[in-house]
Amino acid sequence: MSVKEIFESMEYGTAPESAAEALAWLVDQGDRFGHFIDGAFTDPQDGFDSRNPATGEVLAKLSQATQSDVDAAVAAARKAQPKWAKLGGHGRAKVLYALARLLQKHARLFAVLETLDNGKPIRESRDIDIPLAQRHFYYHAGMAQLMDSELPDREALGVCGQIIPWNFPLLMLAWKVAPALAMGNTVVLKPAEYTSLTALLFADISRQAGLPAGVLNIVTGDGAVGEMITAADVDKIAFTGSTEVGRKIRAATAGSGKALTLELGGKSPYIVFDDADLDSAVEGLVDAIWFNQGQVCCAGSRLLVQEPVADTFYAKLTARMDKLRVGDPLDKSIDVGAVVDPVQLRTITQMVDANTEGTRHVAACDVPEGCYYPPTLIRDLSPADALMQEEIFGPVLVSTTFRTPSEAVEIANNSRYGLAATVWTENVNLALDIAPKLAAGVVWVNATNLFDAAAGFGGVRESGFGREGGWEGLTAYTRPKTKAKPIKDTAPFTGNGAPEPGIDRTSKLYIGGKQARPDGGYSAPVWGAKGQLLGHASIAGRKDVRNAVEAATAAAGWARTTGHLRAQILYYIAENLSARADEFAARINEMTGKRDGAAEVQTCIERLFTYGAWADKFDGAVKGVPIRGVAVAMREPVGVIGALCPAEAPLLGLISLMAPAMAMGNRSVLCASETFPLAAMDFYQVLETSDVPAGVVNILSGPHADTAPHLARHLGVDAVWSFGSGALSETVEREAAGNLKRTWVNNGLARDWSKPEGEGRAFLDAATEIKTIWIPYGE
Amino acid sequence: MTITPEKTRGTATTAQLPQVTEPRNPGFELDLGWVRNLRANTSAIERRAATLPGRRSIKKDHQAAWLARAITCIDLTTLSGDDTARRVERLCAKARHPVRTEILHALGLDGLTTGAVCVYHEMVPTAVNALKGSGIPVAAVSTGFPAGLSPFHLRLQEIHESVAAGAEEIDIVISRRHVLEGNWQALYDEMCQMREACGHAHVKAILATGELGTLRNVARASVICMLAGADFIKTSTGKESVNATLPVTLVMLRAIREFHERTGFRVGYKPAGGISKAKDALLYLALIKEELGDRWLRPDLFRFGASSLLGDIERQLEHHLTGAYSAGYRHAMS
Repeated sequence: MSVKEIFESMEYGTAPESAAEALAWLVDQGDRFGHFIDGAFTDPQDGFDSRNPATGEVLAKLSQATQSDVDAAVAAARKAQPKWAKLGGHGRAKVLYALARLLQKHARLFAVLETLDNGKPIRESRDIDIPLAQRHFYYHAGMAQLMDSELPDREALGVCGQIIPWNFPLLMLAWKVAPALAMGNTVVLKPAEYTSLTALLFADISRQAGLPAGVLNIVTGDGAVGEMITAADVDKIAFTGSTEVGRKIRAATAGSGKALTLELGGKSPYIVFDDADLDSAVEGLVDAIWFNQGQVCCAGSRLLVQEPVADTFYAKLTARMDKLRVGDPLDKSIDVGAVVDPVQLRTITQMVDANTEGTRHVAACDVPEGCYYPPTLIRDLSPADALMQEEIFGPVLVSTTFRTPSEAVEIANNSRYGLAATVWTENVNLALDIAPKLAAGVVWVNATNLFDAAAGFGGVRESGFGREGGWEGLTAYTRPKTKAKPIKDTAPFTGNGAPEPGIDRTSKLYIGGKQARPDGGYSAPVWGAKGQLLGHASIAGRKDVRNAVEAATAAAGWARTTGHLRAQILYYIAENLSARADEFAARINEMTGKRDGAAEVQTCIERLFTYGAWADKFDGAVKGVPIRGVAVAMREPVGVIGALCPAEAPLLGLISLMAPAMAMGNRSVLCASETFPLAAMDFYQVLETSDVPAGVVNILSGPHADTAPHLARHLGVDAVWSFGSGALSETVEREAAGNLKRTWVNNGLARDWSKPEGEGRAFLDAATEIKTIWIPYGE
Repeated sequence: MTITPEKTRGTATTAQLPQVTEPRNPGFELDLGWVRNLRANTSAIERRAATLPGRRSIKKDHQAAWLARAITCIDLTTLSGDDTARRVERLCAKARHPVRTEILHALGLDGLTTGAVCVYHEMVPTAVNALKGSGIPVAAVSTGFPAGLSPFHLRLQEIHESVAAGAEEIDIVISRRHVLEGNWQALYDEMCQMREACGHAHVKAILATGELGTLRNVARASVICMLAGADFIKTSTGKESVNATLPVTLVMLRAIREFHERTGFRVGYKPAGGISKAKDALLYLALIKEELGDRWLRPDLFRFGASSLLGDIERQLEHHLTGAYSAGYRHAMS
């Protein structure tokens, strides 16, 4: 076309970024790659092709890791770890800083290679992925520097197995590797098989950063390699990917003692209120669902528009869609590039084609032949339609309308997922009212898909657990320095005598603020150390678990109470317990046959005070993110927590779990000490007199083996803590995979409940979930 | 809401300007509901503006063609206290021959001119005379430019006299105080009278966005001026401390788009002040293409108010042809 013709047509033309440098790097590597183990690349082996999805061309041949490759990588990481940790914060900071600088120096090479490998527009890899990856290394260089002074009680976990997805290959590597290395861990990382090249380039340049051999190991291959890493001798698995695979990893690592963080799928709501800047909200959708071809776990894929503006909004939206440019990802003027692989294209196509509901608008833009999918809107769906519930992972937006703010929240939360949410309104009251109500780990107000290393990212519900970024992200890569000993299971006493003189006392279950007989109608005798009959404890079964969870669910209002009120109630419990201290001390002594009952009760009272104190002091944070605005890290209660209380501390164990849960606004279902249940059952009388709302605390007795699986499997329970028999750790973690509830188990290790390790921040952290609310501002 | 033709205030007329094919915006009744419902989320608008350069890149022949297009949309401007007749004649000569002949010839764009020449009232006759036969219209800044605080009847009189002197376009300034006081009716009435005073001449309403305080006020003033019959809305006089910016542009373009959707009439856009680089010109054109569409990429609906932009474009065009970066003195000054 001549200049004169273009002068008339005013078309954009093409603006291709050169692939020459990136292709030259591949050629230099022989177009074949082995694994990066112990600081060197292994010889290439049989494997698979890495293709450019935009053209179908083979970029390189990659090796499929075998068991021995994984073993070698883990062994190298294991060997390198103590020295890496001993290097100290500043030593590691220097290496991470060098990695950040190298990413910056080779920024364009990384960006082009990423686009070639993944199909995402060069604008995104160049302006978003690579700069954010750099930022993560810079930020965590700082965290390494500060570790010694700011986290003196924590240490590295050891070897971390990390499995990352194909949608943000280098960025996800950065999110995983930077905090792990900063805290002194070593890493075995598996990139996704579609997109391993930037990880291999990163491995290549990491040597220039002075990263010691074995600290970072990269093995390539498909899901089978991921399974090998999961099963290997690693201390932690960090996984980002599909909920389905996350569930398998949860089950596979159950009871292994491996730390686990999962960042999984989503169907994130994008809520547009009638007072929003509609044009900006439309533009936001471009960044929400047409970013990276919609292959984004936190994509705003579920549009909810308030009825009065729905028609106007749809008109603006469809007009905007028609202007999107789909095509060659290396073209600098492209909005939507290639889908990562024909397999993914097929999945998207099948999901959309299977839908017969709603009205479909396909963007009226040119879509090249090949691995491309047109930007699509399916409007007028209902929550009951499959596409409103299931993650498509493609450039397909689904939508419905709502009438009121509370209905918006209801529809938004009507999902198994809870990763992110977006809210558009010009009303600050509305925005700040809605954001905390949304079941999501991240909420963006009048913006979408904002990320930064300083702000925690991660989900609730089946979107996984753990946070990446910020101080909270470091919890996932460190552990307390304390060395725990194996737990000694306590055996109940036996006897056959009659009760000591007095009136027979019946211990029931405590459910929904009422004493309830067990559904099964069975009780078991509890014998004292001298063989005397102390009483009977009800045996709770699955229906009692169900009833207790139902009561806890109904007490949702507790989460909305103020910290001040919760503190008042915790102090009141302490006051009432104190009034009956002697009685409880005697009861404990009778059951345990020891003389420390009085001390235990005193510690219980102090513990209640501790959490009364914490109730209004476990503050969130405002993060220093690089926007004009704030990112607020808000601590929210986890929800309904099921807890298996330790056997050895009859009352203190129960209170040590109940009080932090209560203080943070959770409701709990507590399974009392299996061996010495009666003090816990007496304790409900204290609760009854202490203004604890019905359902906030529920107490069951009976064998944990009966209740634990039902509690862990219950889809209405958000977290399970297991501090009873060590043997239950595996059961709890395995059964928790169903709804990916958070678990905190003792892995058979003891904890001294009377010492500082029996209380404090670890409990508060477990009782809360951090929600990051991004609030850009400016007028 | 859609405004029905019955509610229009005037009648649509086909304008007189040679390059104009659009029916003129006849003006509509003041719709305060619309005005009050306008939203402009500053941080979201800034984000969109900030990411645009990364989203659209115009290279090679396309860049040359777009820059040539930009030239045709320039209101080549001199608004200085020391303007003389001879100075204005030089400017008009540059407007007729904005780029060296051989460069235009090589691009196949012989005869290219700027969109208009923009001067103070006193210089209108000189400019009209100097541009005779070229088809290039003369635009006059008017109504007590730049502050707009002279007696109202004199401001109207100034329009009449500029039109009588041969100005085909009148760039008026609005009373910023009406916006800052929320006196929308006064703003509307003032604009209506100015539009009427312009008669067949096209009226560009200068909002002086740098003095309106918020982007929402920019949106409100845009809509009110369009309802009152503005043919163009223009950012700035060039004399405010902040002149044309991409965020302000986005707000005004969206207002124009909505006005078109509601009324069917296309209103033009003119950013002025601070646009001096060819690269910036490409950005503005891309933003207009994105937000309004190709129809607005013509001089009847889009103008740059600029004085030094042309020089940079000339250098870029020579670079396009030779591959060597150019020097300013190789191109004729105005």
